[in-house]
Amino acid sequence: MAKDFGIGASSKRREDKRFLTGKGRYTDDMNKAGQAYVHFLRSDMAHGRIASIDVSAAEAAPGVLKVFTAKDFEAVGGVPCGWQVTDKNGEPMKEPKHPILAEGRVRHVGDPIAAVVAETRAHARDAAELIEVELEELPAVVDMRAALSGGQSVHDEAPDNLCYDWDFPAESKDAVDEAIRNAHHVTVLELRNNRLVANPMEPRCALGEYDEADDMHTLWTTSQNPHVIRLLMGAFVLGIPEHKLRVVAPDVGGGFGSKIYHYAEEAFVTFAAKVVGRPVKWTSDRAEAFMSDAHGRDHVCKVELAMDAEGNFLALRSTTLANMGAYLSTFAPCIPTWLHGTLLAGNYKTPLIFTNVKAVFTNTVPVDAYRGAGRPEATYLIERTVDKAAREMGIDPAELRRRNFITQFPYQTPVAVEYDSGNYNATLDKVLDASDRAGFAARKAESASRGKLRGFGLAHYIEACGIAPSSLVGALGARAGLYEAATVRVNPTGSISVFTGSHSHGQGHETTFAQVVADMLGVPEDSIDIVHGDTNRVPFGMGTYGSRSLAVGGSAIVKSVDKIIAKAKKIAAHLLEASETDITFENGQFSVQGTDRSLAWGEVCLAAYVPHKYPIETLEPGLEETSFYDPANFTYPSGAYACEVEVDPETGKVTVLSFTAADDFGNVVNPMIVEGQVHGGLAQGLGQALMEGCVYDENGQLITASFMDYAMPLAKDLPSFVVDNSACTPCTHNPLGVKGCGEAGAIGSPPALVNAVLDALSDYGIAHIDMPLTPSKVWAAIDAARPAAAAE
Amino acid sequence: MYNFEYLRPRSLAEAVEAMKGEDAQALSGGQTLIPTLKARLAQPSVLVDLTGLAELKGVSRMGDVLAIGAATRHADVAASAAARAAIPAVAALAGNIGDPAVRNRGTIGGSIANNDPAACYPSAALALGATIHTSAGRAIGADDFFQGMFETALDEGELVTRVDLPIPMAANYQKFEQPASRFALVGVFVARFAGGVRVAITGASESGVTRWEAAEAALTSSFSAEALSGLAFPADGLIGDIYGTPAYRAHLIAVLTRRAVQACG
Repeated sequence: MAKDFGIGASSKRREDKRFLTGKGRYTDDMNKAGQAYVHFLRSDMAHGRIASIDVSAAEAAPGVLKVFTAKDFEAVGGVPCGWQVTDKNGEPMKEPKHPILAEGRVRHVGDPIAAVVAETRAHARDAAELIEVELEELPAVVDMRAALSGGQSVHDEAPDNLCYDWDFPAESKDAVDEAIRNAHHVTVLELRNNRLVANPMEPRCALGEYDEADDMHTLWTTSQNPHVIRLLMGAFVLGIPEHKLRVVAPDVGGGFGSKIYHYAEEAFVTFAAKVVGRPVKWTSDRAEAFMSDAHGRDHVCKVELAMDAEGNFLALRSTTLANMGAYLSTFAPCIPTWLHGTLLAGNYKTPLIFTNVKAVFTNTVPVDAYRGAGRPEATYLIERTVDKAAREMGIDPAELRRRNFITQFPYQTPVAVEYDSGNYNATLDKVLDASDRAGFAARKAESASRGKLRGFGLAHYIEACGIAPSSLVGALGARAGLYEAATVRVNPTGSISVFTGSHSHGQGHETTFAQVVADMLGVPEDSIDIVHGDTNRVPFGMGTYGSRSLAVGGSAIVKSVDKIIAKAKKIAAHLLEASETDITFENGQFSVQGTDRSLAWGEVCLAAYVPHKYPIETLEPGLEETSFYDPANFTYPSGAYACEVEVDPETGKVTVLSFTAADDFGNVVNPMIVEGQVHGGLAQGLGQALMEGCVYDENGQLITASFMDYAMPLAKDLPSFVVDNSACTPCTHNPLGVKGCGEAGAIGSPPALVNAVLDALSDYGIAHIDMPLTPSKVWAAIDAARPAAAAE
Repeated sequence: MYNFEYLRPRSLAEAVEAMKGEDAQALSGGQTLIPTLKARLAQPSVLVDLTGLAELKGVSRMGDVLAIGAATRHADVAASAAARAAIPAVAALAGNIGDPAVRNRGTIGGSIANNDPAACYPSAALALGATIHTSAGRAIGADDFFQGMFETALDEGELVTRVDLPIPMAANYQKFEQPASRFALVGVFVARFAGGVRVAITGASESGVTRWEAAEAALTSSFSAEALSGLAFPADGLIGDIYGTPAYRAHLIAVLTRRAVQACG
């Protein structure tokens, strides 16, 4: 029986009322008295030396307050990177400066050269056209292999364009090499994980304000983690201490990772507001977003999987080139390393694993985490390779997976992480059943009768979510802790304000977190308010990404509520003249065990603030608790996905007929929200597999610079998803037993779709097609294979 | 966007007068023009909004043609009983342009006057042998009207007022979408008349909407899929981009033409 409130209930998302009625408050909705606007003049050249900049005409233009160039930022730092990867020789990664405005060189199309602050947007934009910039074109570094083979460098500090060369685990290299040399069979696959643009519905926006009276800076920004921005921008860029810098991320219209990072525009408006003495706002337009929001993925990989005659996995070796773009974005270095290399066991007990990752600078937009961040890349290379191995070995893909599944937990992988729980056979059973794989042959025959090719594809995934134990990530190079903070403030009448360091930008935290608190306290959900996104209101926070909010942020709330209950019991014991150990708390009632004496929640809360009858010698008044929760381990959501497609061999068009997801997210607080998260993730994952792809030409021009050329999935491109999360193994180390659900869909779906298409094309002997599987690519593969198929 | 004057004339005569202004630009549905202005890729002095002109709106059957006013929106053509009865392929084409927001703004006159090489309407106009009426009192045949990518026979300041589409025995439009823009990567409109068959291709050619004479001849002598067997559209002069090589587009032309013929029944 479904619950109607608290943990396990599909409570309607309370935030949707304001979102759906146009009452959301986004950064661009904030307008301050005397506000000015900035327009950035961005490079239209991928790589060039700035010979001269003449801003005199722009400065004299109507409405202009000031024109900024790199010279104005000589006293401030560059945009910092939050993670340092140490390469295989023990050297720190190359970390060239990322200036607020380009210094001497432009390094990608969209690199800001100058900024005009003016009375209106139109004034700023008009004046920007009057800036005369002389750029001497340098060869553009675009292709990663070419970048590493000498020639032009993006940064003098990295003459060979290599940011780092990383072996993991270094000590396994020889054993893996030997296992591959001696194996019965080795499946080899070269593949590319296509570059993506996140495209949240709300473009980025930043509004800086400076109050001279109390020397206080405020930044309103489209961020997934305002405290992180305060830390990075305050400490590393502008030198503003925390107590003089407030960062607010109000309603944010989607992020998918792209709003984690500290961006130059945020530092610019904060800095410029003080210089011009006016609030300064920047709102990205969509074209600007394509060339300035961090991109995602962009890996080129080679994978080798060694097996014995029975198909038991013996060793996996992968080499990856990971595109960093022109500068290191906040978390960029850790994505292809610690969020990728550590997941290369997948769901399998492969005993020996080794990977080498080379991170490469190119004259393209910086690349960083995008929904899944490293884990989709790991999952894709494993699951594509396993599928190819099944074909080569003549073993059913489901059976080959079963043969190699990890079945005992906890399980220490050979790539550093320890999985706490999971049941991969259970999710596989669920997905095979729910997708009616048994009936596939008949459906395939029906498609064939219409001249269409039907295919069935499977993929498993494992994630490391609930990011992350601070001591562990610190040892791996993170320049921050990854705990979360929460304050639970019980007000005198028993209503509750929860201040969380997590940030909701579509996830529904205001609903889910209230459900958790309501469940623990036995009070109505609508007596609980969830406050987030403001460094002046929330004690601290590391924000929302890596499917961490409920597992880490939720756990911090649980810890605070536990403390509240413990204190309230003491108060109740005093009021009820009983021993604290005899007090029970259930359904919002404090009772003396074995008696009919009890107090309601509200009575105890009131006593905490009106402490007339109160154990004042031993207990402070008030009812407010703050906790910091640092997770003991990552969480490991997993699942099995099945995709069924039909390919039109005449046109190459792929139609997704059905998609079935069986996920293990541990315990689920709000099934409706979880299902919605899976739907969104699947849409993005299938978008990546089917149509999304960011393309640069050889000169570093962004070909896909608008929605005319960058394909986004529409509802009509996708089937009605079948989603199941009943095969649940709770997380063993957080109080709610939750694992996280935000990224799963985007992680598991690309290989399921590609495997399905290649299954449909199996008669043509096509081993692989790189994503996105656009009609022209699929048709080209069929066309190239046709003579071979005909000859057989 | 740069500053411009905005005029909303109340009659065609007023509109024609307004178009005499230097760098005047007609605004119909604005589905191409407004994004162009927002990107600062055009700087007209004045926008002459044609959408208030009732005399340019409406769909009606006039003898053996379907007459569509230039300022008639795609959604109105798609929903028009007259269009659905006379040339269902045109109503279906209009109902599959862009998305509902586009269809509720974009107009047939704007589409053919812009002559985007991937737009749907030019293929219908060309295959059906439309007559395009203009504010200069000219009646221009489609074969003369479309003169290459974004080029038409319209003079400076001359406005499309009405498009007359001859009613065929049968017609079908096959659109293969470009995955991002959802414009036609290739679109083929086949129209069968008593006097012969016309086939127009959009999305594919570097010269804009174009006819496929070889297919027309074959289909005129025998209106069947089999008649097309062995016919190939030359890949030379076709568009190549990230969504399709010239060879792929040539291949799609053949496939879609066959499917259009089959759909004509």
